[in-house]
Amino acid sequence: MSTHYTVLLVQSTNHALRCENILHKAGIACKLIPVPRYLSSDCGVCVCIATQDKRATLAALEAARLAPEAVCDL
Amino acid sequence: MIYLDNAATSWPKPPGVVEAMVRFMNEVGANPGRAGHRLAVEAGRIVYGAREAVAELFNAPDPLRVVLGQNVTEALNLALRGLLRPGDHVVTSSMEHNAVMRPLRALEKQGIELTVVACSPEGFLQPRDVERALRRNTKMVVLNHASNVVGTLLPIREAGQIARAHGALFLVDTAQSAGAYPIDMQEDAIDLLAFTGHKSLYGPMGSGGLIVGERVNAQELEPIKRGGTGSRSEWEEQPLFLPDRCESGTPNVPALAGLQAGVRWVLERGVARIRAHEVLLTQRLIEGLLRIPGVVVYGSRDAALQMATVSFNIAGMEPSEAGLRLDDEYEIMCRVGLHCAPAAHRTIGTFPRGTIRFGLGAFNTPAEVEAALEAVRALAQEAQ
Repeated sequence: MSTHYTVLLVQSTNHALRCENILHKAGIACKLIPVPRYLSSDCGVCVCIATQDKRATLAALEAARLAPEAVCDL
Repeated sequence: MIYLDNAATSWPKPPGVVEAMVRFMNEVGANPGRAGHRLAVEAGRIVYGAREAVAELFNAPDPLRVVLGQNVTEALNLALRGLLRPGDHVVTSSMEHNAVMRPLRALEKQGIELTVVACSPEGFLQPRDVERALRRNTKMVVLNHASNVVGTLLPIREAGQIARAHGALFLVDTAQSAGAYPIDMQEDAIDLLAFTGHKSLYGPMGSGGLIVGERVNAQELEPIKRGGTGSRSEWEEQPLFLPDRCESGTPNVPALAGLQAGVRWVLERGVARIRAHEVLLTQRLIEGLLRIPGVVVYGSRDAALQMATVSFNIAGMEPSEAGLRLDDEYEIMCRVGLHCAPAAHRTIGTFPRGTIRFGLGAFNTPAEVEAALEAVRALAQEAQ
């Protein structure tokens, strides 16, 4: 079965880097990628995770009081 | 050569600082936050790492409220010019550096009200005097944590609690103490902490910042510069969120790489251990100077009540001559004059002559203090 991916849109690259740090500490794999044009016109990066980790990811971010602006399944 | 000008900038730097800067230049080099490729992301990680290290050192709850910039002066200008409006009242002390005084005097001309609380000739500030100075429209209390002239520590925790109880913001200039004295933004009730990277945080020049506490509404903090942030590129208005709101333009990433390494070194060595070392050297220096006939020592004269910065004068010799001769004849580097702090010199009674200032740091040794005392002894004897 192929992996499905989800991206988290956040306010800025600074926020994406904070997400990356929080997820790294929580043991959740993620990758920072350029924001897909069809999701936003922003020139920064967003956080890409495996869709199966979405719930754990959102819980870890909520614990750090960091809410994504949007969560999009690719 | 003996370097005793650590109050101006620390030198040498710990292992790892230069290496971190060189690594960025040689192996990364990209612009953080301006692209999504791996080098740009790695550059962003370096900048974010500096935020995290600084937040950890000062127990700041959110690394994204660490606004990075060039130096403490820029940070103080951002806090003062960004938050104060005509009609607001501000309380500060008579021991401040011009990094606080000049922006405040300029703002005074634009309609803010300013009260400068007098300190004692040793540089001490009484918290009750801060409390007495508060008014109904007091927006902010601004204090340096330690004097850059005599090292005297100001009672920031008490002042912070007074400001908080009154509903005013508390801004602290930590230029002379950050990294060399324990500072806890939450315990010390600090709302705005301005720091420099190149003194006791052991980073390079060109690094510093302002930590914005959660009592400060970021949207009320007017940036002192506006421009590209790599975020919200579709907007022609400045972002409302931190740190982007106050960080326009490409940052000095090599300096921030070095800052992160410097702060990590401080965290590993431990602020308490650095403080203990500096207290030991400072006490030895003060006691030695007090034993030299013709030497006047200013400030608390007690290492426990000050940072490792000691100001003194030699009877019969101008500070400028002493500084030149210490350099030329003894290879001792120090700073003489008014140290960009005329108010502090008026307070301790040394305006306009100024003083000779020895600023010790984590890498100074007891042998260097003894050599410096020997040099001062010789100059004082000659001047009498």
